[in-house]
Amino acid sequence: MTDISLHRGISVHRIGAMILRYWYLLLSSWPRLLELLYWPALQVITWGFLQVYIGQNANFFARAGGTLIGAVILWDILFRGQLGFSISFLEEMWARNIGNLMMSPLKPIEFLLSLMVMSLIRLAIGIIPMTLLALFLFHFNVYALGLPLIAFFCNLIFTSWSVGIFVSGLVLRNGLGAESIVWTLMFAILPLACVYYPVSVLPAWLQTIAWALPPTYVFEGMRALLIERTFRIDLMLDALAINAVLLGASFWAFLALLRSAKKNGSLLSGGE
Amino acid sequence: MTENDKASSRPTVAERSPSAAITVDHLVKLYKQTRAVDDISFSLPRGSITGLLGGNGAGKTTTIAMIMGLVLPTSGRVQVLGHRMPEESASVLGRMNFESPYVDMPMRLTVRQNLTVFGKLYAVKNLAGRIKELADDLDLTDFIDRANGKLSAGQKTRVALAKALINQPELLLLDEPTASLDPDTADWVRAHLERYRKQNDATILLASHNMLEVERLCDRVIIMKRGRIEDDDTPEAIMARYNRTTLEEVFLDVARGRKEAVR
Repeated sequence: MTDISLHRGISVHRIGAMILRYWYLLLSSWPRLLELLYWPALQVITWGFLQVYIGQNANFFARAGGTLIGAVILWDILFRGQLGFSISFLEEMWARNIGNLMMSPLKPIEFLLSLMVMSLIRLAIGIIPMTLLALFLFHFNVYALGLPLIAFFCNLIFTSWSVGIFVSGLVLRNGLGAESIVWTLMFAILPLACVYYPVSVLPAWLQTIAWALPPTYVFEGMRALLIERTFRIDLMLDALAINAVLLGASFWAFLALLRSAKKNGSLLSGGE
Repeated sequence: MTENDKASSRPTVAERSPSAAITVDHLVKLYKQTRAVDDISFSLPRGSITGLLGGNGAGKTTTIAMIMGLVLPTSGRVQVLGHRMPEESASVLGRMNFESPYVDMPMRLTVRQNLTVFGKLYAVKNLAGRIKELADDLDLTDFIDRANGKLSAGQKTRVALAKALINQPELLLLDEPTASLDPDTADWVRAHLERYRKQNDATILLASHNMLEVERLCDRVIIMKRGRIEDDDTPEAIMARYNRTTLEEVFLDVARGRKEAVR
């Protein structure tokens, strides 16, 4: 068979095989498919009504219409992007299939690329209906943000992949006993990324940490766009630079953890 | 010449058997203080079936895992089909495959979906034809569109075997291939493995607790105990050496520390 190869022997066929595997899995369970829609819809409805209420009672929020719903949608891109990546990975651990994959010709980079594509697919299934709900229920059109939305999306998804790659490495090394970190790590970022409030609210020492996180730049950029009608491209470029470092570091960490798992023999057990 | 010089000038197992399917050279695996595999060396010629025997914790699974590159050795060398593992694994993983009770096929995918995914991972030519061929050979047709999780133990083993054969491997590594199977299904699997080896001149290394299986299938037996090789010969020669008529009796002798009758 002719294999389509990219840089350093990366095979599109093998990446395609893994995407097909996760696609079959997604279609095999309608409750799981429904769950992809359920939580984002619940989020946008709850926060949307809160925004309406606050908007009726506070002049600032009436002026800054959409910041809460916008923040919820962008936060969900970040959170669900990571979950979409990590859940596909966890499926291999739950199915005790890691051994089969690791001794097949599939390379770690191909495995990670397929998980990235799956995070985009799962995200699209959850987020697109969420944005339509925001439009019809609260007249908030996230697509009206235009080109800045692409910059926001790319930066958030890159961060979600970095976190996803890192926690997958941890689970690979430590087994399913480390699974809880997949569900909780992103929430440690939530208060520091200043999703619902500006960075200036934080004490000075915490602001330094907040500015080390790419999502902080995105949420600040979103508020600048919705409140001041200014697109801060400088924030997006800073976020992109930090994301490049984080992605490289997470990939390095994944390979180091994989090597450690092979030293430790945990690829065969995969348990707790 | 010092002892070290003598040792370094001595040819390795790989150098002595350049055309071997597997060469294992002074392989050691330490888990903290435990020596799971303790300085073992062997070489398997292409086209052979070798049984790796030993009690629980003898080091069989760790040895196979190091041959596959799933576990990194503490020291020593493994060469598979002429390539060093795990450094050159990319050159060889597509030419080998394995089956083990320690790994499963995804439960919610159907048999056909699982074989399709693995066939694509191994870049199998005419994949639909190959799946049909395996379904006919391994009698999977009746449940090929059923989810793997809904199959019986015997059916799952046949599916796992189909996955292991999907790329027509030159080297097949099997860890307890007939564990938890009824005698009829186990016999059927053994017959299929024999046929596959003959038709494809494949090399098979299998770890097993089933002595009858090893006697029937293997032209060579390596007995391991506490990470070391206790014996390595044809089944007949080993049985003769221990003055026993079955490998099971030899296994008990080794497990209980009884020495062979004649060396």
